[in-house]
Amino acid sequence: MLKLPRLTPRQESQPVLPALLGVLRRDLLANFRRRQELFNPLIFFVMVVALFPLGVSPEVEFLRQSGAGILWVAALLSTLLSLDHLFRHDFDEGVLEQMLLQPQPLYLMVLVKVFSHWLVTGLPLVLMTPVLGVMLHLDGNSIGYLCLTLLVGTPVLSFIGAIGAALTLGLRSAGILLSLLIIPLYIPVLIFGTGTVTAVAAGLPVGSYIALLGALLVVAITCAPFATAAALRISVSNS
Amino acid sequence: MWQFFHKLGSPKWFYGIASRFMPWLLGSSLLLMVAGMVWGLAFAPPDYLQGNSYRIIFIHVPTAFLAQSAYVMMAVAGIVTLVWRMKLADVFVKAVAPVGAVLTFLALFTGAVWGKPTWGTWWIWDARLTSMLILLFLYCGVIALGNAIADEKSSARAVAVLVLVGVVNIPIIKYSVEWWNTLHQPATFKLTEKPSMPPEMWVPLLVMVLALYLFFGWIACLRMQNEILYRERRSSWVKAIMGTGNARASAKVTD
Repeated sequence: MLKLPRLTPRQESQPVLPALLGVLRRDLLANFRRRQELFNPLIFFVMVVALFPLGVSPEVEFLRQSGAGILWVAALLSTLLSLDHLFRHDFDEGVLEQMLLQPQPLYLMVLVKVFSHWLVTGLPLVLMTPVLGVMLHLDGNSIGYLCLTLLVGTPVLSFIGAIGAALTLGLRSAGILLSLLIIPLYIPVLIFGTGTVTAVAAGLPVGSYIALLGALLVVAITCAPFATAAALRISVSNS
Repeated sequence: MWQFFHKLGSPKWFYGIASRFMPWLLGSSLLLMVAGMVWGLAFAPPDYLQGNSYRIIFIHVPTAFLAQSAYVMMAVAGIVTLVWRMKLADVFVKAVAPVGAVLTFLALFTGAVWGKPTWGTWWIWDARLTSMLILLFLYCGVIALGNAIADEKSSARAVAVLVLVGVVNIPIIKYSVEWWNTLHQPATFKLTEKPSMPPEMWVPLLVMVLALYLFFGWIACLRMQNEILYRERRSSWVKAIMGTGNARASAKVTD
């Protein structure tokens, strides 16, 4: 009889946590080595916000009323632009293929990758918001709630956007297509995000809005990586 | 049952069966549509509040109804594509997406026309209207992604993933009139309750909904047949049908 080699991988020798920490460390390091790409979405964010006082009206009353909406829309667009880099470099360099071949679950890998992407793109937007809020004449209370909604909302944007980024990976006109696919899915986040600040300004209770945003975050974290992982497998097998 | 399911995987089999069903679908849908339209527009009583302007409901509700169920059907086909890799499910998604987009547009358009006399405005940013607009965007995204990926298999699976992600919008549309206090009136038909309208109004409406479902079935079959012919253009049975193949190929199909 022929003796066949053992083909089943030994599960216990595939530690998950060190691999995930490795992915996180590598992604952050790669991002800090490409510092310019890190700053671009942030500068874009500030520029879009600056367009509104110049383009619509610099009056205090208008800015106070629509400041939260402007900041949210600018944050949304800036996230959208940064999404293209989420998998692109790894895809071009072949790192993504290696990641798909790892024994660790792709779901967790994607989770960590999107989280590290949020750390370098979403979090700076949130930190930048108070300055821009003051420039748009928002009062302190509104700025506080605005930062809170962005803190909960921008990870949702990153997680949903990752699905689109994975689907359009390796396509020629990926940028505009990505926006087309993802903006409809961003609308509920935008509605609840700006709704919170509007409610604060009107003196209404905001608990339900923030709870809904939190629910969106939980759903996005648990479900979106599945779709992203599936889309990554499709895109990589296509190339 | 399972034999039927396996046969569904064959585009050629579907092409044949669709040709047999399509005249019936078209005929019954046209018959019902004429009946429902005449009944609704000419014989149904006018509304005590809106007068005759409510009659656009006989087009508005069926299109809105079908725009949503077309998306749900696409989502089911998307699951079939991802799980069983069935070619025909993807053909269905690709064929139906533009039809769904047109239906959504028609629902929005007739809604705007209806809104002008009743609400005094063409458009308001109310939950039901906005979520239908998102549905239109989703259809556009599905069509765009399908066209952007050249490889047939990857395109099928990528579109299926996108359709399934977008399906979260459907319950939002459905319940938007109940969750939020909006200008839009609540649903006309519910499975569990009697409609709030008198039967002289809702029976013709139901006839119109049925007619549009049948029409949708017909146009879906037609578009699927076209898509199949294009995809299988190199196979001998298509060449025989199109008259481009040689005599031997056509002889094969006839027997």
